[in-house]
Amino acid sequence: MYRYDEFDRAFLAERTAQFRDQVARRLAGDLSEDEFKPLRLMNGLYLQLHAYMLRIAVPYGTLSSVQMRRLADVAERWDRGYGHFTTRQNIQLNWIRLEDAPDIMAALAEVEMHGIQTSGNCIRNVTADQYAGVAADEIEDPRIWAEILRQWSTNHPEFSFLPRKFKIAVTGAEFDRAAIRVHDIGLRMRRDPGGAAGFEVVVGGGLGRTPLVGRTIRDFLPKDDLLGYLEAVMRVYNALGRRDNLYKSRIKILVHDVGAEEMGRLVDAEFRAIQADGGVALDPDLVRRIQDHFAPPAYASAPADPDAVRALERADPAFARWVATNTAAHREPGHAIVNLSLKPHGRPPGDATAAEMRAVADMAERWSLGEIRVAHEQNLVLPHVRRADLPAVWRAAQEIGFATPNIGLLTDIIACPGLDYCALATARSIPVAERLADRFRDLDRLHAIGPFRINISGCINACGHHHVGHVGLLGVDKNGEEFYQITLGGNSDNDTAIGRIVGPAVSSAEVVDAIERLVETYVAIREEGETFLETCRRVGNGPFKESIYAAA
Amino acid sequence: MPLLKGGHAVADAWVHLDDAEPLPPDGVAVTVSGERWERERAVLLARAAPVGVRLGNGAPVEPLAADLPRLGLIALHFPKFSDGRAYSQARRLRRAGYRGELRATGNVLQDQLLLMARVGFDAFQMAASDAERRWQAAVGAYAHFYQPRRTVA
Ligand code: SF4
Repeated sequence: MYRYDEFDRAFLAERTAQFRDQVARRLAGDLSEDEFKPLRLMNGLYLQLHAYMLRIAVPYGTLSSVQMRRLADVAERWDRGYGHFTTRQNIQLNWIRLEDAPDIMAALAEVEMHGIQTSGNCIRNVTADQYAGVAADEIEDPRIWAEILRQWSTNHPEFSFLPRKFKIAVTGAEFDRAAIRVHDIGLRMRRDPGGAAGFEVVVGGGLGRTPLVGRTIRDFLPKDDLLGYLEAVMRVYNALGRRDNLYKSRIKILVHDVGAEEMGRLVDAEFRAIQADGGVALDPDLVRRIQDHFAPPAYASAPADPDAVRALERADPAFARWVATNTAAHREPGHAIVNLSLKPHGRPPGDATAAEMRAVADMAERWSLGEIRVAHEQNLVLPHVRRADLPAVWRAAQEIGFATPNIGLLTDIIACPGLDYCALATARSIPVAERLADRFRDLDRLHAIGPFRINISGCINACGHHHVGHVGLLGVDKNGEEFYQITLGGNSDNDTAIGRIVGPAVSSAEVVDAIERLVETYVAIREEGETFLETCRRVGNGPFKESIYAAA
Repeated sequence: MPLLKGGHAVADAWVHLDDAEPLPPDGVAVTVSGERWERERAVLLARAAPVGVRLGNGAPVEPLAADLPRLGLIALHFPKFSDGRAYSQARRLRRAGYRGELRATGNVLQDQLLLMARVGFDAFQMAASDAERRWQAAVGAYAHFYQPRRTVA
């Protein structure tokens, strides 16, 4: 894991002190709310429906046990004892007082955490594959590059007042778990014919009001050119991105308006100018230091297929099911990646209490080299578990209710905070997720349905990524009542697609029944081994449309 | 409106002409809008006194490239502090070799001063009457920058 050096620590201490001063100036009336707003946003502090919300950055989704415990302490001391893990791999606290914010920042800084650039029109926290460094299908740990980008983009003098927020995602793996094609910039590591590693650069993806799949503007960018090239993308966007209309100001609109080819030309021209001026060369010492931080840990040798695990799988189908659903292949023999489901049936997706956070921190310390990941699907991951420890990990996860074997299944729902918390919402999302989870709580049925992703957003801003859910639900308001628009066929991995709207929105009272009928239709018409997404692609919306709008 | 240079409030030695205002006799340092510069470039370059341009917020900097050695002042505008286009204009001007005064005008606030200085601004037109104190507070807020010293060799 990356650990701060003296420089990082000194930088954060300055920022923490500066924020304390800014809050004091605001409380004293020296700063107007208008002037203060961008400053607090640069530190992740939003004003929401009921209170301030603090979004804390979890760089590329990696947390230590020590950090997780501190998050629990902060949630307990200054909030209501729980936090919400988001689709951006961050954590949000929903009940913050402005007066407390400087102390919270100081408490976070002690464990190398902060809320810097988790909001505002700047380059946001860089996200990465949650299996980074341990995935079996990986070229290189993408967090090396995510960390370089974190440093480069932190308090960037030129790119702190962009037309709009800017999100970068990076993956080093063949299979895209980081949804890179729905980010402002998506980076996918690949090799050139000579075997050198570099990046495919995708720009202009995004969801929200105008969902667009990102376009590749560079098939292969050598690693050493990464910062110079991204600086070129940012400069072109900062100069040309629209600022007259909030909804047209993301880079996706620029790319859409000028076309991907022209965008590529503009970026190339700027990149050449940067290179002619000496380029943005990476400091090789720094790169080496960062690489060292992410060097694979020294794993103790472990049996690939421990007898005790085999025996328990045979004896206890619940354990076998959990292993099959909630663990993933690890690059190191005898190890597994364990997903902790933050979607226990009947709980808001992504929420964890302080006690649960501490329990996860303990589990990570005991069985995962003290390391935890946050997945954009709003689950937690223990990345370094010995297979022999799986029974113990399973029991510990059960104790805190994080062992529901539903990773990648219908009740592994992604949902934004919605009207329960969010000032922009038009409808609730969490209660719908809870009702769906309740309806499909039968595990045999859940597993018989197979891979299935439902994403729910409480408004058109699409924080729940509904466009890329296999089934997407978008909350809309119809004469003061909550309705849900349904989209089908969305996907955020290798063949990213935006879901197609199926028809008129359905009422809150009907939406769970409608989804159930849709699922039944799928089960009835699927071909052998076909997932919902595959069936959806084969038959289109037609049969599902009929079932959704069939009279109950 | 204090004008800050080198951390001190100084008198503005320039006359900023509207597009319709007649040129004063040579000897007076003037700035004109980017449009007027394009129209009257030859006349302005013929003057012995320093000349400057107030470049429009969305305007590209490339058309000025040939004139940069002759310009004594380029003013870039922040219509709102949150409109960051002038940061990139400043960066591009410095990269193109501009060495004259680069002045930030408009909604120039304490908390952005350091960012502006880091992309190449060296003069700041501020509305706040205590601009010097604000400058001190702004430059004192940090000594650690990731760019360019850190990630860039
Ligand atoms: S999608 Fe809308 S309701 Fe949901 S969190 Fe985003 S802004 Fe709020």
